[in-house]
Amino acid sequence: MTTMAIAAKDLSKKYESGFAVSHANFEVPMGTICGFVGPNGAGKTTTIRMLLGLISPTGGTAEVLGESITHPEKYLSQVGAMIEGPAFYPALSGEENLKVLATLGGFPIERVAELIKTVGLEGRGGSKYKTYSLGMKQRLGIAAALLPQPKVLVLDEPTNGLDPEGIQEVRDLLKRLASEGTTVFVSSHLLSELELISEYIVMLRKGEVVFAGPIQDLFLMQQPFILVKTDSQSDLQKIIEIAQGDGHKATIRSDVAHIEGPAEWAGVLNRKAFEAGILLTQLSPQMPNLEETFFEMTGDLK
Amino acid sequence: MMRIVRAEWRKLRRPTLFLGTIGAALFFTGLTSSFLYLMIDSAQGNSDRGRQVSREFLQLANGSVYAFASVGGLLGIIALCVFAAQTAQEYTYGTLRNLLVRQPGRVRILFGKLIAMKLFALVMIAISAAVSVGISYFLSDRAKVNTDLWFTSAGFQEIGKTLLNVTISVIYFGIIGMVLGLLLRSPISAISIGVLWILIIENLLGAVKPVFLKWMPGNQLSLIAQGGSSEISYSHALTLGTSYVLVGAIVATVLFSRRDVAN
Repeated sequence: MTTMAIAAKDLSKKYESGFAVSHANFEVPMGTICGFVGPNGAGKTTTIRMLLGLISPTGGTAEVLGESITHPEKYLSQVGAMIEGPAFYPALSGEENLKVLATLGGFPIERVAELIKTVGLEGRGGSKYKTYSLGMKQRLGIAAALLPQPKVLVLDEPTNGLDPEGIQEVRDLLKRLASEGTTVFVSSHLLSELELISEYIVMLRKGEVVFAGPIQDLFLMQQPFILVKTDSQSDLQKIIEIAQGDGHKATIRSDVAHIEGPAEWAGVLNRKAFEAGILLTQLSPQMPNLEETFFEMTGDLK
Repeated sequence: MMRIVRAEWRKLRRPTLFLGTIGAALFFTGLTSSFLYLMIDSAQGNSDRGRQVSREFLQLANGSVYAFASVGGLLGIIALCVFAAQTAQEYTYGTLRNLLVRQPGRVRILFGKLIAMKLFALVMIAISAAVSVGISYFLSDRAKVNTDLWFTSAGFQEIGKTLLNVTISVIYFGIIGMVLGLLLRSPISAISIGVLWILIIENLLGAVKPVFLKWMPGNQLSLIAQGGSSEISYSHALTLGTSYVLVGAIVATVLFSRRDVAN
């Protein structure tokens, strides 16, 4: 039997105002990269905090590396985490901040210099944290999460504030860690980035898990679609009517008609639009991607 | 536990905090000790609240540490500020979550931090004691205070006793600061409420009705440093002060170990 890196069963956190996380069920296999997505306030950070023993669940259970989250001391030495962005002492240097955490966790101090280099902060490790840019702070947060040579790495928005080159570096780093056996549980708003690296997806909406499983299974659940643009809004409405007349689900998002249907139907639509005297300025069949699927499943339309 | 102490010490030893704290302690120690001798003949008094401490009194065996005992309350307030800031900043910087991920034993974290801060306070007390006794000795000649009894065995006993009392007092003040830091989760609130209460509210209440001072926590802790006073005995101050500190520490520890870390 494969031990799951993370397994949540009916995991819940209820506050006076209602459920932040409600009966969440999901599993993350060992050695995979799992994207953790959901709109703001969906309960992602609350879930992560419960997994790290920072807050207590009000219902259900969860295990990390086979150990119950009621005993975080049994697994946290093998877990690296950056939650809700980096948090360090401003008056200490980046290096000294990492040394505080290395000392606390009993990790070799020599690892600090190595990690400073890994995250691209060489030459700035001795500068005070308060002088760092957002991107540098983010890199230091990732370095801190890597201190224990973790079996499970939990990262909350690791690419915030990073430039495209930095994002690429983080993506490569996470892929490398996963190839070495580290399980990466990562939340990000950059869904296109997550799509590139994730094998698994856990999707939350209003505290409930709406999907948990391999990313390919998620896409299989979704219809391919066709994006259509016309030179006037009234024509766009006519396109919607044509699509609906043929039994296709169709909506207008911004100035684009979004029609569920296979690529082959695009030809039919083109002919019908021509017959109706509508000039199409864009007609592109699309396969579902994580962003579209996310909006579809969370009901959070663009 | 040692890992937590060493990690905390890395934060405490940073030059601005370390030198700033020692500097403040030395300033108050120097000021109090110097005034005691330089203003010995002043009609406005040479001690706190305009009290007159006579030459004859300073010639006793405990004369060498009288100034140090007097400054104990101020050293305590410095400790309160440092302990409160070091504890509450973990919430304001959001670093508490990092600490708890690396060391999930919350009570251990708390005790480790406390031990490190106690060591910091001990360094401050030792330096202040040396400076205070040094200034007292240096100025005694000018103030015509005979120091023969200071360096007898009774005098050394008094030095030891005062050091112990000031240490207890300063650490108690520090624990109160730590409790305020844990409860209020903000350095500014913890320090301002602590200092406001001890320096202003207690004194106002004492001015309105002096009997209140017998029950005020800050006054008890200052009196421990001074070895008691003519109105309030040392044992009363020690018992009541210890009770306040214990109750505060238990409440804060229970809250800290159970409370969700949501920031």
